[in-house]
Amino acid sequence: MNAIAPARPAETGCSDAPVLYERGQREVFCGLTGIVWLHRKIQDAFFLVVGSRTCAHLLQSAAGVMIFAEPRFATAIIEERDLAGLADANAELDRVVTRLIERRPDIKLLFLVGSCPSEVIKLDLSRAAERLSEAFAPKVRILSWSGSGIETTFTQGEDACLAALVPGMPDETAAAAPSLLVVGALAEVVEDQFVRLFAELGIERVRFFPPRRSDDLPAVGPQTRILLAQPFLAETARLLEKRGATRLAAPFPLGVEGTTGWLGAAAEAFWIDAARFDAAVTPRAERARAALARQREKLAGKSIFFFPDSQLEVPLARFAARELGMRLVEVGTPYLHRGHLAAELALLPAGTALSEGQDVDKQLDRCRAARPDLTVCGLGLANPLEAEGLATKWSIELLFTPVHGFEQAADLAELFARPLVRRSRLRV
Amino acid sequence: MQLTVWTYEAPPHVGAMRVATAMEGVHYVLHAPQGDTYADLLFTMIERARKRPPVTYTTFQARDLGADTAELFKTSVKEAYERFRPQALLVGASCTAELIQDDPGGLALALGLPIPVVPLELPAYQRKENWGAAETFYRIVRTLAGPAVPPPGSKRTARAPGQPPRCNILGPTSLGFRHRDDVHEVTGLLHRLGVTVNVVAPLGASPADIARLGEADFNVVLYPEIAYQAAQWLERSFGQKSTKVVPIGFGATTDFVVEVAALAGVDPAPVLAGTPSRAPWYARSVDSTYLTGKRVFVFGDATHAIAAARIAAEELGFEVVGLGTYSREFGRELRAAAAKYGVEPLITDDYLEVEETIAALHPELVLGTQMERHTAKRLGVPCAVISAPVHVQDFPARTSPQMGFEGANVLFDTFVHPLMMGLEEHLLQMFREDFEFHADAAPSHLGSHGAAPARAEAPPLAAETPAARAPEPEPELVAAFVAPADGPIADARISVTPVPSADGGPVTPPPAPPLRWAPDAEKELHKIPFFVRGKARRNTERFAQDRGLSLITVETLYDAKAHFSR
Repeated sequence: MNAIAPARPAETGCSDAPVLYERGQREVFCGLTGIVWLHRKIQDAFFLVVGSRTCAHLLQSAAGVMIFAEPRFATAIIEERDLAGLADANAELDRVVTRLIERRPDIKLLFLVGSCPSEVIKLDLSRAAERLSEAFAPKVRILSWSGSGIETTFTQGEDACLAALVPGMPDETAAAAPSLLVVGALAEVVEDQFVRLFAELGIERVRFFPPRRSDDLPAVGPQTRILLAQPFLAETARLLEKRGATRLAAPFPLGVEGTTGWLGAAAEAFWIDAARFDAAVTPRAERARAALARQREKLAGKSIFFFPDSQLEVPLARFAARELGMRLVEVGTPYLHRGHLAAELALLPAGTALSEGQDVDKQLDRCRAARPDLTVCGLGLANPLEAEGLATKWSIELLFTPVHGFEQAADLAELFARPLVRRSRLRV
Repeated sequence: MQLTVWTYEAPPHVGAMRVATAMEGVHYVLHAPQGDTYADLLFTMIERARKRPPVTYTTFQARDLGADTAELFKTSVKEAYERFRPQALLVGASCTAELIQDDPGGLALALGLPIPVVPLELPAYQRKENWGAAETFYRIVRTLAGPAVPPPGSKRTARAPGQPPRCNILGPTSLGFRHRDDVHEVTGLLHRLGVTVNVVAPLGASPADIARLGEADFNVVLYPEIAYQAAQWLERSFGQKSTKVVPIGFGATTDFVVEVAALAGVDPAPVLAGTPSRAPWYARSVDSTYLTGKRVFVFGDATHAIAAARIAAEELGFEVVGLGTYSREFGRELRAAAAKYGVEPLITDDYLEVEETIAALHPELVLGTQMERHTAKRLGVPCAVISAPVHVQDFPARTSPQMGFEGANVLFDTFVHPLMMGLEEHLLQMFREDFEFHADAAPSHLGSHGAAPARAEAPPLAAETPAARAPEPEPELVAAFVAPADGPIADARISVTPVPSADGGPVTPPPAPPLRWAPDAEKELHKIPFFVRGKARRNTERFAQDRGLSLITVETLYDAKAHFSR
């Protein structure tokens, strides 16, 4: 037992709660969308999608104006001649990659990213990556992962990408001192805050994954303790555990409670004493609570409905319910990983309606019937629901905005409060 | 495979969505994997649609691949019919479903729904968005208006006396650049001519409306990219003639009115009388004198690019130095237009090629798509948007047609706005030492720069100290350098929007060659007013480079001047 971790509620929240599992039309992004933030994070990597014009168009629509900032991603658009024979498609891919590497000599790591069309025609990108790696070694490493819609939903693209990096991580020697590995792409400002926090706690050996540069992969081994910063990293965590690392069970660092619990799990694993933990964490937690209080006034008692999008829904719902005093109508998630979400589910108010997967029209029926005060959903649904008189918060922003940790807790709350404040201001 | 970062057009099924979303009482069941619903955002965000597009995606996943997907498709069709009760159903496949070879048409027809079902074959690996929209519209028209087609050889019944002439308006869709306001404007024009509008389609039309298309006397084709194919079929089936002129610009609108009047058998004179548009007078007013011969590069879909080139040349007195389109289907029309201006036609869907062409031509104004807006911003050239693809700001709240006489007014403002206003250019010359007027000043109406763009003319204002200033330059010296040469960019580098670009500011243009200026030549150069000095510097340097000179002397400067003032 640990003196540091926040008191667990007596009831087990939603640990054993039933989940409505739905199949049908899904209004979600595919994993390719992850490229939009991953290419900003790993600064010497290039992402080449092998797909159709649809894939290129999706990236362009998702990347907005970023497309013009010499982005480090592109699409090799499959044409009719490529569909004629497989050998030909591989030759074409080699040609495109060669041209790309000639044009962009700064690339150190190239990801070949699979799409629905490439998967359906069974174009073996992992073999292509091996073949091309041999050709371009040692200058450029070439890896592959799938961001296809048939395999991945939105943030699962990041999971697939990080999973592809795991085999290249160096071995940690068995004699090494225990180290902490924070897994999941975080905003740099958040990463820096956590670095300072861990230093104050006295946890010396901390690395973040993904790293900012591809040749700076952290080591992993039996002495590695993993803290997942994001809830959508099932495959990455599995592969790290296969390398001997131990995942620390914790809630996710969203809100004061989530961040405290998350840091607490690390402190416990590294035998940090309670006084030291309190000295580092309490002032920050207090500051965050004070900032949150102002947002809580606007949100307490309001009902909220989550459409599935990123797998962040369960931690966000826990934060909304426990720290903002909101009422959970339904918490939808594209995929519910019971193991990774155990601490979160325990903290959710008992009786919360949980759903996994989606049949969008039926879910819209439920949402309309409930008329929640705030609906968290994608941009395909937001304006139509607003036109029906429902306030919405578009969910993608929660991926692109720094929301983790103490200093961002109030910003996260403000994201929920803003649509409601706006509605109260408009007089027309 | 084609290496692509930016694509001017979406895949063809998005074209089909544009038609389905434009119509009433139509639903589209699209066989597509999870994730293809991203296209909904185009409608709900860019066009700010208040409703979801009427599209059901089968959303198959990896585990469904195999025999399961056909069943999934049939279930989706049944459920979509039950839930939405459309009057007509479109069925088709996205790029991935095309590969798994279920037959959406066959599967849907086998269900025996009590409504018309229109199967769409949209080859995603060969064709693109506008083709998809055109094909979809054509299939809908054939399926729904087909039953009303008279037997071959029938004559069109003459209009009953006292009956006003009637036409259809064809081509406007959802996500169409200014389609909403163009329809309004053209409807007004037709109304003033005494022509009644029978059906507007696809925008706002129901399946029942499509079935009535044959009742009109003729068709007005607003957007050939979308309606040409359907209009051809209507001509063959119902003997309806269709308009060829697209009424974008004052001249084209005038021609259009004459053309429609001929088709309808009415007199165009009352509509053309008086001053139906302010644009011609604005172009003739003295402030517009400075627009004369401004070098303009035009790119977009074929219809808008060809129309914009005509306006630029004939209605604003610009010089068209480049003309291009990404609409391969209209290459012939574009080439013919390019020949009219004596420029090389550019037919490409590779934005890098467009960017290279713009950089090589050094235009003073770029008219293009959202893509050219960003390119122009990078190169520091003024730009206006004339064609899709466009961002959310080009679906404005205010009325802003491109077509008709009001459209001509809108276009005058649009083309001229990014340029320095004539009077401002003049003031700049008069008060060039004033703290607010200097070579780097953006036009006052465009707000301040995020970051001052890097310029080939490097010395900052401090270098132009009064001490270094020579007496007033010789007028002809100025004239020679102001005269358009082989295309220097106007020296005032204007950022199109006051917002710095995502990468933190405009991109530095390529560095000048390692040329040296002799001190006396540099001094001579400084006798030229600063606002054309950069132009003169670049002209001279290019002249020297072409001749392999490494030192620019006073003589080189005047040789260059003589060369460019041919």
